[in-house]
Amino acid sequence: MTDRWKLLRSILIVAAAVALIALPFVAAMLGSTYAITLATRLLIYAMVATGLNLILGYGGLVSFGHAAYFGLGGYTVAILAFHLGEGTSILGFPGTNEALVAWPLAMVVSGLAALVFGALSLRTSGVYFIMITLAFAQMTYYVFVALKYYGGDDGLSLARRNTLGGARIVDAQTFYFVCLALLALVIGVVQRMTVSRFGMVLSGARADERRMMAIGYSPYRYRLTAFVIAGMTAGLGGALWANLARFVSPDMMAWTKSGDFLAMAILGGLTSIAGPVIGAAAFILIESTLSGLTEYWQVIFGPIVVAVALFAPRGLWGMLAGKQER
Amino acid sequence: MELFIEQSLNGLQLGLTIFLLAAGLTLVFGIMGVINLAHGSLFMVGAYGAALTAAKTGSWILGIAGGLAASALTGFLVEVAIVRRLYHRDHLYQVLATFGLILFFNGLVALLVGRAPLLMETPKALSGFVEILPGIPYPTYRLAVMAVGLTVALGLWLFIARTRTGMLIRAGSTNRSMVAALGVDIGRLYTLVFSLGAMLAGLAGLMVGPIRSVQIGMGEQVLILTFLVIVIGGIGSIRGAFVGSILIGLVDTLGRAYLPSLFKVFLTGSIADGLAGTLSSILIYLVMAVVLVVRPRGLFPVSE
Amino acid sequence: MIFKALTTAGAALLVMTTAAAAQVKIGFITTLSTPAGYLGEDARDGFNLAVDEEGGKLGGTPVQVIVEDDKLRPADGKQIADKFLQSDKIKLFSGIIFSNVAGAVVPGILEADGIYVSPNAGPSPFAGKDCNANYYVTSWQNDNLHESAGALAKKLGYKNMVLLAPNYQAGKDAITGFRRLYGGGVIEEIYTSLDQTDFSAEMAKIRSLKPDAVFQFHPGGQGIAFLKQWAQSGLKDQIAMVVAAPSLDQRIAAAAGDAAIGIRATAHWNVDFPNEANKAFVAGFRKKYNREATIYASQGYDTAKLIGAALKATGGKLDDKAFRTAMLKADVKLTRGAFKFGPNQHPIQDWYEIKAVKAADGSVALETVGKVLENHGDAYAKDCKL
Repeated sequence: MTDRWKLLRSILIVAAAVALIALPFVAAMLGSTYAITLATRLLIYAMVATGLNLILGYGGLVSFGHAAYFGLGGYTVAILAFHLGEGTSILGFPGTNEALVAWPLAMVVSGLAALVFGALSLRTSGVYFIMITLAFAQMTYYVFVALKYYGGDDGLSLARRNTLGGARIVDAQTFYFVCLALLALVIGVVQRMTVSRFGMVLSGARADERRMMAIGYSPYRYRLTAFVIAGMTAGLGGALWANLARFVSPDMMAWTKSGDFLAMAILGGLTSIAGPVIGAAAFILIESTLSGLTEYWQVIFGPIVVAVALFAPRGLWGMLAGKQER
Repeated sequence: MELFIEQSLNGLQLGLTIFLLAAGLTLVFGIMGVINLAHGSLFMVGAYGAALTAAKTGSWILGIAGGLAASALTGFLVEVAIVRRLYHRDHLYQVLATFGLILFFNGLVALLVGRAPLLMETPKALSGFVEILPGIPYPTYRLAVMAVGLTVALGLWLFIARTRTGMLIRAGSTNRSMVAALGVDIGRLYTLVFSLGAMLAGLAGLMVGPIRSVQIGMGEQVLILTFLVIVIGGIGSIRGAFVGSILIGLVDTLGRAYLPSLFKVFLTGSIADGLAGTLSSILIYLVMAVVLVVRPRGLFPVSE
Repeated sequence: MIFKALTTAGAALLVMTTAAAAQVKIGFITTLSTPAGYLGEDARDGFNLAVDEEGGKLGGTPVQVIVEDDKLRPADGKQIADKFLQSDKIKLFSGIIFSNVAGAVVPGILEADGIYVSPNAGPSPFAGKDCNANYYVTSWQNDNLHESAGALAKKLGYKNMVLLAPNYQAGKDAITGFRRLYGGGVIEEIYTSLDQTDFSAEMAKIRSLKPDAVFQFHPGGQGIAFLKQWAQSGLKDQIAMVVAAPSLDQRIAAAAGDAAIGIRATAHWNVDFPNEANKAFVAGFRKKYNREATIYASQGYDTAKLIGAALKATGGKLDDKAFRTAMLKADVKLTRGAFKFGPNQHPIQDWYEIKAVKAADGSVALETVGKVLENHGDAYAKDCKL
């Protein structure tokens, strides 16, 4: 890595951070609350993609069922709020609208699902892994479609956003900063993990599983841990999403959603910290711009996705970084 | 008992239809190592090709020819333009590129043909039904679908086991450099195999046209099912795809047929119906998960 | 065609910047991709036809219809609504086809003091306790589709029926709605799967159960597959079938071909309605789009006409009580004939028996047989306090 690139990269990162912090103020000045909503959505997707990148980029594990954990996180928040509204209890506990309870719980629920599904899926590899993760996600999807009590495929609305430590998060700007702070936290944790021994073992196992085993590491446990962390991140993303949209539906778990998350992670560039964030932003912006432009948006969007897969294997960030980081 | 026989036959029929799709997909994966999510799109192209040709010419035989030609040609173009560049790439990029292709094909059909589902009727000669057992009429067309499925299974086996091209395909899937050393143009072999797989997908599409709905997105409904089948069977194995197809066809059909009554033994009315409905939707996924947990490389693993 | 779409989008942008203040923008969020894309396409084209007839106006007020595809994803619908509300400052919305998308989108529009006029989806919460002064449904409350089918089954004298629907919310609502006015015996309720395309197992079961008739709710492609397989199995000649409008619309009948002939449905509109408004609409639709109008097209058209009548009364203003008063009068001739809004701002209208028959040119036509329900409202209006 040359010094010039190092400098350029630092400048870029600082500029991005400044832009992200300034964005809501600028948007408010311009009177465009929509920009804040859109940016919040990007932050949430970026968070899910960052978690996914841990197993996808560093672990080399193509999970085609990541939407399931996203959906489970969202449903946890929505179901707790639903029971609060109905004044009923779930498994003996009352419902709640408190983020400090609901969000960690969303991560626990998604994490547990990831633990069970991951433990079984990681016995396989390659295409089998892709397909078994998809199968588990589909099962979760069908269960929620049929769950009439929680709205089935019509989904579940949230009457209001969660309170954070008792305080209400009403305006778009506050919620944006909550999401931004959590994204920064997630990125920080993932960054730490990738440079730790944990990350080394994870990438090492991707490159050469046998060697890792020969020097005494069991890749299975490391992979499962990464899978659970990715699942929990998606769960947190889902919880935030439920608060942003104030609505959850099984659509959050559809296999095409899992495909979208994969596309975001790859689009930005794997094995980099900035990649998933850039990927999520590019994906959402391109898709929503195109579908606003023409009803036949798929005819243009499809080939863009194909082109990224064919010609930009290291994603947008990879292209930007050029050969510098390898 | 008669009902059980009829339901088993239904399962077999569903299985053989899936096999038509699974055979092409597993062939492409086994030989070239490419995961093709757009296989469902080729299925759609086959059905659209047949429906449009049949509507234009009024002949269902020409319709079949049109569907096969359309899917084989589309497969050829996709291979040459895109899939060729993906052979040595990680599965991740294959998944992404072919995911993009699905979007493209769905959009393109909406643009060129329109969004309304197309008419595709059962050929007159094959409409009506045959009494296979006293009191059980069975649709002639479904018997024809089964016959085609079995013929393709047999034909593929003969092709791969007995012909020179088949031998090259088998050799190519295990040892690429050796085949290349024999002076065979691997690139052309791959194009051929991919187009053949596409044509089989198209055949499946045009065969189910008169049974299902010829519409945008019809490929995605069967795509996941097809992947389940080849994963259960062991990716790359035609025999595995055959066994997997029949297994999934039977499990799915018999599950839908008998789970509700089974649940009613323990539960009442609509709760039983709802639960049985949910379980029969996820039953096939459950079967796959169990198979993979027990045998991580499918029922008939193919050595690498 | 992409080019055409792009240039119209460009032209639309141009119009936006130069438009006079009097122009009313209408956000039309609808489903254009996915297998169900034809529903949204027809609703949009019907709506646009009404606007075109007046040369870009509704009720004398210049309007601009901004259409965007919700991709049948609730979250995407919500995202588009946010953009329309916050960025384009749109107040008046329409277009949503599916109840799950409506469930995600409508509350946000109403909270932002927007107005929503539904051309299709009519989910029960918004008809009952969550009803709203700024929320109108011009099509039907979801249950009406199935209630009318139940009433038809009763009228036809069926005693033992098998009911089939997909195992999700709308499917379960369909069976509940059907049973409300049917009142006869039900041998079995069969729940199919969401993406199921092969119904041979269910049909074998129906054969063994020997009902006098079957009611099935499978919209779109599933409905086409069901009809085709029903005819192939030979059951069509033995057991009668009654369906709701979404399982036998004009496109489904055309795609199922002979398999549809003889099937009965109920609807609040049909292409052969003899009233003048409908004749003009059917002819206009055929002329402009070169295809037959469908029930969704008629709903889009009627929605535009109702909005037009209200705009005419208010002189193009949306932001006072006058719009609501004018809207509720429904002072316009609709393609379906008699129509008024109930206390929950959902339709009170007539429902008809429709039968698929072979037309002179060999294609399948839907023919109106007679009236099944008169001035029919919905079961949720009593829970609505407006």
